[in-house]
Amino acid sequence: MKGLLFERNLPRFAAARVVSAIAGSGRGSAVGPLRLVDMPSPELPGPGWYHVRPILAGICGSDLATLDGRASRYFEDFVSFPFVPGHEVVGLVEGGDAALPSGTRVVLEPVLGCIARDIHPPCNACAEGHTGNCERVAFGHLAPGLQIGYCADTGGGWSKGGLVAHASQLHRVPDSLDDDSAVMVEPTACAVHAALRALEPWESTGASQNSGEASPPMVAVVGSGTLGLTTIAALRHFGGQVVVLAGAKYSHQKEMAIALGADVAVSPGELAREVRRRSRSLVASGHSTSGADVVVDCVGTGESISESLAMVRPRGRVVLVGMPSKVDIDLASLWHREVGLVGAYAYGTEQLSGRTRSTFDLAIELAGAAGIGRLVSAHYPLERFEEAVAHAGAAGRRGAAKIVFDLRAPIVKGPTNEP
Amino acid sequence: MSPRPGFVLDVDRSSPPTLFWHGEGYRLEKLPPGRSRVVYGPEPLRSLDDPVTAIRDALCNPLGESEPLPALLRPGMRLTIAFDDVSLPLPPMRSPDVRQLVIEQVLDMAAAAGVDDVVLVAALALHRRMTDAELRHALGNRIFDAFAPHGLLTQHDAEDPSNLVYLGRTDQGEDVELNRRAATSDLLVYVNINLVAMDGGHKSVATGLASYRSIRHHHNARTMQQSRSFMDQHHSELHSSNWRMGRLIASNGVKVFQVETTLNTDTFPEQFRFLQRREWEWTIRDRAAFLASSTALGRTPDKLRRSIFQSIKSPHAMTSVQAGEVEAVHARTTQSVYAQQLVSVSGQTDILTMGLPYISPYNVDSIMNPILVACLGLGYFFNLYRGKPLVREGGVVIMSHPTPWAFHPGHHPSYIDFFENVLAETTDPLQIGKFEEAYATDPWYVHLYRTGHAYHGVHPFYMWYWCAHALEHLGGVIVVGGDRAAVRRLGFKPASTLDDALEMAEDVVGRSPSITHVHNPPLLMADVT
Repeated sequence: MKGLLFERNLPRFAAARVVSAIAGSGRGSAVGPLRLVDMPSPELPGPGWYHVRPILAGICGSDLATLDGRASRYFEDFVSFPFVPGHEVVGLVEGGDAALPSGTRVVLEPVLGCIARDIHPPCNACAEGHTGNCERVAFGHLAPGLQIGYCADTGGGWSKGGLVAHASQLHRVPDSLDDDSAVMVEPTACAVHAALRALEPWESTGASQNSGEASPPMVAVVGSGTLGLTTIAALRHFGGQVVVLAGAKYSHQKEMAIALGADVAVSPGELAREVRRRSRSLVASGHSTSGADVVVDCVGTGESISESLAMVRPRGRVVLVGMPSKVDIDLASLWHREVGLVGAYAYGTEQLSGRTRSTFDLAIELAGAAGIGRLVSAHYPLERFEEAVAHAGAAGRRGAAKIVFDLRAPIVKGPTNEP
Repeated sequence: MSPRPGFVLDVDRSSPPTLFWHGEGYRLEKLPPGRSRVVYGPEPLRSLDDPVTAIRDALCNPLGESEPLPALLRPGMRLTIAFDDVSLPLPPMRSPDVRQLVIEQVLDMAAAAGVDDVVLVAALALHRRMTDAELRHALGNRIFDAFAPHGLLTQHDAEDPSNLVYLGRTDQGEDVELNRRAATSDLLVYVNINLVAMDGGHKSVATGLASYRSIRHHHNARTMQQSRSFMDQHHSELHSSNWRMGRLIASNGVKVFQVETTLNTDTFPEQFRFLQRREWEWTIRDRAAFLASSTALGRTPDKLRRSIFQSIKSPHAMTSVQAGEVEAVHARTTQSVYAQQLVSVSGQTDILTMGLPYISPYNVDSIMNPILVACLGLGYFFNLYRGKPLVREGGVVIMSHPTPWAFHPGHHPSYIDFFENVLAETTDPLQIGKFEEAYATDPWYVHLYRTGHAYHGVHPFYMWYWCAHALEHLGGVIVVGGDRAAVRRLGFKPASTLDDALEMAEDVVGRSPSITHVHNPPLLMADVT
């Protein structure tokens, strides 16, 4: 069966890095370590595991960073080669059992935590339900890998041969959720987690839900790609009266940001001024003296983090959702203004209105309620992976959001839904 | 030979191309013959032979119910001299500026009378603070060096509550709040430059030395829509409101001695003299100057081009000076302005074209941002009429200007937000009012206005209100050669060439429309019958 395999090949890494730096993100896949090959389906690692045949598999920002050769070296110990990328997956269970019969439509929660790795007792993070923070992703009976899609033993979504996943990683998809919405559940779960990290200071008080005396928290979202847009949707869905200001580069992103619940969407260069005006701040050393209660950075560059620090209020919070790498930023204001800089990675369980909920359950709820499937802009067959990856790398510029592989397509055909 | 009066040229096939200003540049455009006309202002009037003697005469022989200035001066009194700010005249005039000439005479008389408590106030209203260099240019070295080091040369701060005094409300409910030093002085001498008919009169003090709380009563869309036009004080609600305030100021015992001056339209120095000549009278030297400057400017970077034009000092010369009681003085001043600028024009036009120059009252040494472009065209030039607008109701205005999406961050910080935030939502002057208070009271804009060189946070709203009459009257506005995105944000239509614009305008006004071009500047005011 055909699948895309990512191998450890330093010359090809270097070539991809050079080409993507010159020609743009996603353009390096033609010369990089990703190849379309015939491969067998991965074997089940043990009991409680299932074969899943992907229907749709998304191309994520972290996939692009890997393919472009610009991912942080921090991840080197959390990846095993060769691997099949693809962790945003909706698929069908094959050869299932009574618990998960064959043909069951599922979405994948790809984190390979202690339970999937058969590690007993589980680490503290997994024990608390924060599987995204698992301390053992490089250990256990599986090869190292943060997630399915970065692990040599599990296969990944970018393969017709499918992948293997532990029962704890599979979530049934309600019939009401179409495939486009379902493939968006994983990135939506990241966004839900990010939104709830952003609103964490208000979760205990419920202030964001109040429509009474206290003014609702102001959250600025930097970047309106897939992650930014789903974060906006999550802030609106779970954030009550929260005021959401979005920075969006392209007009379709602005429209989508508003459609998904932003109170205002402006160009990136205007966001800091919008925050300053609304918070009635003065400006000193390029920073608003007051500012947004929370800034959610869905870009993850040194520039975006600096901008976020410049528009957050003292003792406010900057949530890093976009995957950063090595950056050069001035943290004097973070220190001086006692700003909290927190990461938001993946998912697990969340505290919402005093209840503990699975992030994926919340994401499935949100994907249906907000019509997140509309963010899927184009479907490509695996055979056209170079075009697909290039399209994903230029998604904003080309009027798109999420690009996915359609693993059902037996025949090579052009992309659909491209604006 | 006496200067020739204004003139309306009917364009025919033998007419040479017409000069259109285009920001920091100009174009020659062929207007359709047989249905186009060009309005030229009167030639510059002769200036006063001896301005200093004329000033002394005016101060000693006041108009209206006023004693001569020397009789109003006595030892121990508090004397405040307020003067118009950097927005006048345009372009800035060569030294000596008329403010310097007038204030030197006032100070000489004050010194002779033994007055030693004298403070100078730049009447900024909500405009930006002047730089030291601008103050020095307006007042001359002698005055600047005598007053500035001692803190006696001040600039009105409309946001300093401790230096404002509330005088009451007019019978129309308008609050009057004024500069404390000016309002509590024994005598307030106001020194004005009356460049256009809107300037001067009670507006000098009631606006120039007032706070936002006061100014908001007449600087709004409704007032502007009820002014036909605000350049014609007898049909201007802007003036009615200022006159009510002025009378309330007087009834509160504030003694104002008004000094008003008028300038001729000798606007450009020798090397740019062709800009104020009628095209068919251009000499070979004029043609050469046009060609050389056009070619050179076309190859000059924007910033340098801006700085070249902003460095122009005008040879304006004084044509009249009058002093005394405000209303009597202003009536005489207005006649002098009309004598220099009024041109009789018969009938309205379907399309009014205008070339917008590089400067407006609010971008001296600064960038003519898109809001100022709109204000210069639709606020100032459109309203330079008496009787009825040059363009018929439902007609089209075509303006030529590069309209860059560019702002001076130090001078116009709230303009940037206004352009991004307010105009993105609505361009209706009646609708933007809901944003006004937030901008007017924004602490950052207030800080920049008070301590930097920024226009007040509310100022871009006033620029847009200034356009209200035109926007209500017109069927469309087209900008030739402007930044397309910026023009669209203004709610106007962009066109690449004048021919394209005329064709687009026909969609609004019909086929073979009449066209009128105002050859401005030098400034002119149309008396439309």
